[in-house]
Amino acid sequence: MRTVPFAVCVLCIWLPAAGAPPADGARGGRLVYAQRAEPKTLNPVTAIDAPSREVIRRMTGDLITVNRRTQRPEPNLAESWTVSKDGRHYLLQLRQGLRFSDGHPCDADDVVFTFQVYLDEATHSPQRDLLMTGGKPMQVRKLASHSVAFDLAEPYSAPGRLFDSLAILPRHLLEAEYRKGRISAAWPLQSAPERIAGLGPFRLKRYLPGESIVLERNPFYWKTDGKGVHLPYLDEIDFLFAGSEENQMLRFLAGESDVLNRVSAKNFKALQTEQTRAASRLEDLGPGLDYDFLVFNMSASSGRPWFRMREFRQAVSLSIDREAIARLVYDGRAVPLWTHVTPGNKLWVNTALPRPARSVAAARGKLAAAGFSWDREGALHDPAGQRVAFSIVTSASNQERTQMATQLQDDLKQLGMNVQIAPLEFRAMVDRVMNKRQFDAAVMGLGGGDGDPNSEMNLWLSSGATHLWDPNQKTPATPWEAEVDGLMRRQLTAMDYETRRKLYDRLQQLEAENLPFICLASPNVLVAAKSTLGNFDPVNVDHYTLWNVEKLYWLPAHSGGSR
Amino acid sequence: MRARLRLWVAGSVVAAIHVLIVFAGFFAPYDPTEQHREIPLATPFTINAKGDGRAEWFTTGWRYRVLGVVTCSRHLFGASAGGQVFVLGTDPYGRDQLSRVLCGGQISVLAGSIAAFLALLLGLVFGTVAGFYGGWTDEILMRLAELFLALPWLYLLLAARAALPDSLTPGQTFLLVASIIGATGWARPARLIRGLVLSAREREYVHAARGFGASHWYLLTRHIVPETWGVLLTQAGILIPQFIMAEVLLAFFGLGVGEPVPSWGSTLSYLRQPWLAVTAWWMLAPLLVMLPLFLGYHALASTLQQRAAAGSG
Repeated sequence: MRTVPFAVCVLCIWLPAAGAPPADGARGGRLVYAQRAEPKTLNPVTAIDAPSREVIRRMTGDLITVNRRTQRPEPNLAESWTVSKDGRHYLLQLRQGLRFSDGHPCDADDVVFTFQVYLDEATHSPQRDLLMTGGKPMQVRKLASHSVAFDLAEPYSAPGRLFDSLAILPRHLLEAEYRKGRISAAWPLQSAPERIAGLGPFRLKRYLPGESIVLERNPFYWKTDGKGVHLPYLDEIDFLFAGSEENQMLRFLAGESDVLNRVSAKNFKALQTEQTRAASRLEDLGPGLDYDFLVFNMSASSGRPWFRMREFRQAVSLSIDREAIARLVYDGRAVPLWTHVTPGNKLWVNTALPRPARSVAAARGKLAAAGFSWDREGALHDPAGQRVAFSIVTSASNQERTQMATQLQDDLKQLGMNVQIAPLEFRAMVDRVMNKRQFDAAVMGLGGGDGDPNSEMNLWLSSGATHLWDPNQKTPATPWEAEVDGLMRRQLTAMDYETRRKLYDRLQQLEAENLPFICLASPNVLVAAKSTLGNFDPVNVDHYTLWNVEKLYWLPAHSGGSR
Repeated sequence: MRARLRLWVAGSVVAAIHVLIVFAGFFAPYDPTEQHREIPLATPFTINAKGDGRAEWFTTGWRYRVLGVVTCSRHLFGASAGGQVFVLGTDPYGRDQLSRVLCGGQISVLAGSIAAFLALLLGLVFGTVAGFYGGWTDEILMRLAELFLALPWLYLLLAARAALPDSLTPGQTFLLVASIIGATGWARPARLIRGLVLSAREREYVHAARGFGASHWYLLTRHIVPETWGVLLTQAGILIPQFIMAEVLLAFFGLGVGEPVPSWGSTLSYLRQPWLAVTAWWMLAPLLVMLPLFLGYHALASTLQQRAAAGSG
């Protein structure tokens, strides 16, 4: 066994000038955070919606955590760890004296129980897939009261990320539920605070249905600041349920909330005009990891044979005015995009790839070379004489995507394509694209995650359910998809960054050449907070603003209602 | 006298707006779908002069159709070569707001009118049948009317839109929207007409005609249905703005006629971003036409109702 510096495997995604080290703050005060929607559960095993996870992350702790600023794994509940030479065996040492927020001690039994729950197929935990390597679940063994061993079937290329955000569960509270097969239903929002315990900086105080969840300081939290003061500094966090981004913003402007996690470019502009009145600090963190794209239904059943023609997709890409999308849809707070890896993902973006400028003439040339033709009225026909007409579905509730679709419609009209836009209710759209496959093209967005290629396995593998353009293939439909399958599988087990980087560069090159989906733009991450919030250090990866919540504190000048 | 003046003023306003809408192509200087991406959200009265570009009367520009038949390219005003004039500013794509408001009115008003016609036709048929025949027919039709009154048409349209193919053209979407609004809006007029028919069928001259052996069809067409014309006219004055508003609401939420075809609702839909209402107030421009049109219709409806009441009294 040898100690491996995890930074070799997991480097930074976004490395701006390193922020100043967090200041030692003052205890006390309440932070109000307006969420867009009400969480669905407080159960870390089953939570998949962002509002739930936002709350749960403040109440729970993981063994190794990825520092959102440096993107490096850091000790959290595990104070040290070692990795075997073959990269398949891990030994983690837990901190001494760890206690759950109800005062109960935490030891290796809790860790073994936690992984038993996550790996149990019957619990339907979304984390299970992340804990599988080579199609087999990891084995977890207790070696001593504060020592746990993990054995993997195959080496995992980004080991630190295996443990990040995996909440350690209290065996004393959840084992009975688990044995009865009811773990998935445990910890609903209405749970009594004394029935919920975690290892995070806060614990549940009360839940007011439809209104808010209030968390209070966890008196047993293990972290201290430079002066030995127990963290967190804040006494309470109020998660209000605003209902929409507009309401989030109005509450912030009214001084009823203290932090805005992600703001749209349009609302950011409005905030700028109100900045003085709201005494707020607005930050444009540059492009994040999200990306908007146009995807065609390339399944054999789509009825639009030209979607499967590479020249057609290249012509579409050439005709799109990406600069206008960034300027008009995102008010200039976005970057045009040619592949799905955004400039915000410094570690993995392939900057050597060409970014062809918009050229309608070149696009028409591509189509003509592929056998397409135009009639007297300028309408485009495919080599078989069929009129090129299709629809683009998009979410009716997402104005930015609808706006993008409208621009695309106008751009493609210049190629003679007849494009209809079908704004659909969000769930209906997702159902058509992901399940029923009853669509021609869609304008959608993906992103979030941590930017590591491993999180994209399901998207890139031809057998993947989210291989959006042609999912669940039994064998790869094209040679380049077969190559992509191989690249993704090889990078998953490669242990050094340079090898992985080369493999992923090649994937991006294949993406740029074949355009399985046509990337449009990546919006900047825009956040806001009251200017009196100390140690506010937002980052451009999820979770943007509250990742260091235990260190946030109110500066003495703060006189708002929150304190 | 006051009622007559009100009728005249309201009628003039409604007629003037309809003229504007019918001949929208003439009054609109630009193709409402043309994007001028270099000047998004231009303020009203922006003259984007390039070279010697300036505003001019009676210019030649984009081609449009009047009443779907005659093709023209003459416009009331525009800019000389190299210039652009935007009287009501531009939207976030740089499309002329005046042209979109005028041409958008064609969709919204036509959808409202078709829906109102459909609702009144169904209401007349079902209301007359229910009132004239009574009994089980009446019971079934009126319970059906109650069902339709309780039906949330917005959700019905959402469901219909999700179930249909997404490649509907704007024309097909338009007909779908108008049909659903009309088909779900017949219940109220049907109940009113049923009441009138119940009363009319007991009139002495109807009994007399029945006694002379008149057929049901004769009684209905000659004596009973004519009694409902006043109510139908008043209901039209109420339903047309109501159904225009329904179309506006659907388009506002992105469920009306698809882009790039304009309608008042889609033009107003940018206001779902509150900052635009503050920083780009000209996005409210459709209200400049909608408010006088709705007030005009309501004034017409109430005056006609008063006249009908006075006539029957």
